[in-house]
Amino acid sequence: MGVGIEVNGLNAWYGTNHTLQDITLHIPANEATALIGPSGCGKSTFVRCLNRMHETNPIAKVTGEVKIGGQDIYSETSAVEVRRRIGMVFQRPNPFPTMSIYDNVASGLKLNGFRNRRVLDETVERSLKHAALWDEVRDDLKKKSGASLSGGQQQRLCIARALAVDPEVLLMDEPASALDPVSTAKIEDLIFQLKSQYTIVIVTHNMQQAARVAERTGFFLNGKLIEFDSTHKIFTNPSDKRTEDYITGRFG
Amino acid sequence: MATQFQSSTANRRWRWFTNHAATWLAVGSTVLVVAPLVAIFMDLVYKGASSLNWNFFTKLPVPPGESGGGMANAIIGSIVVLALASLMGIPVGIAGGIYLSEFGRGTKLSTVVRFTADILNGVPSIVMGIAIYGLIVAPTKTFSAFAGGVVLGIMMVPTVARTTEEMMLMVPHSIREAALGLGVPNWRSVLSITLRTAMPGVITGCMLAFARVAGETAPLLFTALGNDFWSTSLNQPIEALPLQIYTYALGPYDEWHRLAWAGSLVLIVLIVVSVSLVRYVTTRGVLKGAN
Repeated sequence: MGVGIEVNGLNAWYGTNHTLQDITLHIPANEATALIGPSGCGKSTFVRCLNRMHETNPIAKVTGEVKIGGQDIYSETSAVEVRRRIGMVFQRPNPFPTMSIYDNVASGLKLNGFRNRRVLDETVERSLKHAALWDEVRDDLKKKSGASLSGGQQQRLCIARALAVDPEVLLMDEPASALDPVSTAKIEDLIFQLKSQYTIVIVTHNMQQAARVAERTGFFLNGKLIEFDSTHKIFTNPSDKRTEDYITGRFG
Repeated sequence: MATQFQSSTANRRWRWFTNHAATWLAVGSTVLVVAPLVAIFMDLVYKGASSLNWNFFTKLPVPPGESGGGMANAIIGSIVVLALASLMGIPVGIAGGIYLSEFGRGTKLSTVVRFTADILNGVPSIVMGIAIYGLIVAPTKTFSAFAGGVVLGIMMVPTVARTTEEMMLMVPHSIREAALGLGVPNWRSVLSITLRTAMPGVITGCMLAFARVAGETAPLLFTALGNDFWSTSLNQPIEALPLQIYTYALGPYDEWHRLAWAGSLVLIVLIVVSVSLVRYVTTRGVLKGAN
């Protein structure tokens, strides 16, 4: 089951660039939350702070509090532990090119030393079914490389890979922006089904996509969270003028 | 409407000419690159193949004047020294390359290591031989297969380290992020994901280094020395093909010259076979569509 995320006074820097300024918001469990905003507004940095991927950049710095399921991920646990609980899907599909489809899905477990064949087989099948990819790849599981699939299939493979470690939260950083409309529709269907079991945070440039999949939407601008409310409210009656300007296409 | 984009006849002729000129320039250069290799190999086969027989592979060298001698001890000796060199040089080289690309990026130490590796690559091999003579042969008071392995191993390190670094850096950042995002510890991600993805290139680097040291003579003169008798012991002098070729090619006897040609042919074939074997073994398990 998914868990909620509480963010209090989060600040992030790349070098001297203050990319996130005093972000406070509460993302509820088992819902999809969309983050929108123009390029460079800090929404990607924000999701990368939620699983401490931000720290993999040596010049990055972060302060503030992020609690996931009540646990402070910066002070009460390690980055590796956090990332096991919080799956991430990136903008460009990034399957491991040297691994088969099966090994890609099993990689999270295998690389952490898990070896039980029967459980691995079950997990791979369940995760691929969850990611709506099982029927397309069931005959080539160990024969084909993950890199041999089409772009849309690769992205669903990456979702399956993230689901296989049984995360509580799924972070998606523009998961469909490199895909064609058919593949995008499949990913959106998937988000719709997955949110009953996982808390989903999705960064998107596509406002229709936010409106279609998310219960809540946050609008970022220049490193600040301008508005965070129900998706319906944001798109029909935003409280802030800047949000209204953005969703009506007047800037950004 | 489109008239301004239509080319004149003269223009089209000029393009035809430059296009064909560039193609033939490329073809000509390719031939120039391949020709010396083919010529050397043909010459070796022509002069060496006739002296190759069963005795060559099974018998020890015989005194001048007698016939029926072989280079069995040199073939075995080369294999022993090269195996020893690879065992020492490849792991150190790969580990160094991993440090340079994954852990030391931007640090002072990595700059020093990279610079040292490049210098080491340019040190004349005879100097390496003298250095190891001073470090191992003189203190132990004996020439040895071990010293030969060490000197060739050290000569492999810079090539292996630098190619490993280059190949690891070519692995896309997104692949590393995928592994870290799954909660895989960094060391595990480096070994099981980045190094594994870079492996074909790393193996090419190892093979280049191997092929280069397999033909080295000068450093072995000061370390392995050579040995006319059977020896596989690591703390005894040992024969190696390049040493035997060197001795025989400079000798005054026609029989020696023939054997030197045969030895050169065997050395080249030994390198080609081991490189192809490693290639075959390491590409067997590659999956459909992997790149």
